[in-house]
Amino acid sequence: MIISTTVASGDIVLVGAVFLACAVEMVEALTIVFAVGHTRGWRSAFEGIVAALAVLSALVAAFGPALVHVPLTWLRLIVGGVLLIFGMQWLRKAVLRSTGLKAKHDEDEIYLETVAELRAAGQPVGRDRVAFVMAFKGVFLEGLEVVVTVLTLGTSAHRLGLAATTAAVALVLVAIVGALVAKQLSSVPENAMKMSVGVMLVSYGTFWVGEGLKVKWPGGDTMLLGLVGLYLLATWALVAIIKVENASLAKGVSA
Amino acid sequence: MKNESNIVVRLLKGFAMFWWDFLVGDTPELFVATLVTIGVVFAISNGGHHRIAAVITLPVLAILSLTVSVRRAVRNARKK
Repeated sequence: MIISTTVASGDIVLVGAVFLACAVEMVEALTIVFAVGHTRGWRSAFEGIVAALAVLSALVAAFGPALVHVPLTWLRLIVGGVLLIFGMQWLRKAVLRSTGLKAKHDEDEIYLETVAELRAAGQPVGRDRVAFVMAFKGVFLEGLEVVVTVLTLGTSAHRLGLAATTAAVALVLVAIVGALVAKQLSSVPENAMKMSVGVMLVSYGTFWVGEGLKVKWPGGDTMLLGLVGLYLLATWALVAIIKVENASLAKGVSA
Repeated sequence: MKNESNIVVRLLKGFAMFWWDFLVGDTPELFVATLVTIGVVFAISNGGHHRIAAVITLPVLAILSLTVSVRRAVRNARKK
């Protein structure tokens, strides 16, 4: 009973982190692909997507098996450190966006900017290299973050299959929704999703750095849920404090 | 031959740049703070202290690092 509960705790956080991270990255990639497809035609957009997916697959094939051979203690320490940094970067941005100190990621605006950039490049002669490169870069760069997330989380938890399946489900779901509505997914609550991913990545990062340093967590894997709660609380407190400061600064200016 | 070595150098440079942007980027304080956190927890967990010290120190240092980085960004944003 205890074993099944602890395994489920780790898996829940793993699935949540991978699903949300992949969904957010897919929304961002889809915005660029739609801009390319609608402006310059779908052929170059699809060629860019296929080429990017091929390069990403080659990277997974090259680094995935290599990671499995790294001793688990070292792997968890390194991956934990990477996830701590990566997660704190996501959380920092999400806190700044929640408090209005950084512009929110606006898919509508990014779509329009990409369309304007593509139109400014002029009409293609022969193959549309501009469209191909734009679609390739969009899918490759966002996909690279998906690959890093899935490989690091999956290998360290010894659940690469679960992480890869979750990522695939997230990518397919967002692609289907995007194709059905046939436009960029601007109504997705990206900042809330990024904040959740940040909390989960920092939690996993803390947990694995601890495991790598032979820290004995009380409750084993269940401690992950405690860390998620702790970081959620800290993030909420940071947002609340900054909002109060913003309000008092605004009052000071208007008075 | 020269072209091939150029491609390899470009690929290695691109790979290094990716990890630099990924881990350091515009938040070098988080990179440094994580290294310091790992060092402190390593010292505590190997110094014969109670294990509970490391269990508490790790998340506390992570929250402190995040707070310092956010405060720095807030200060910069308000200056603009």
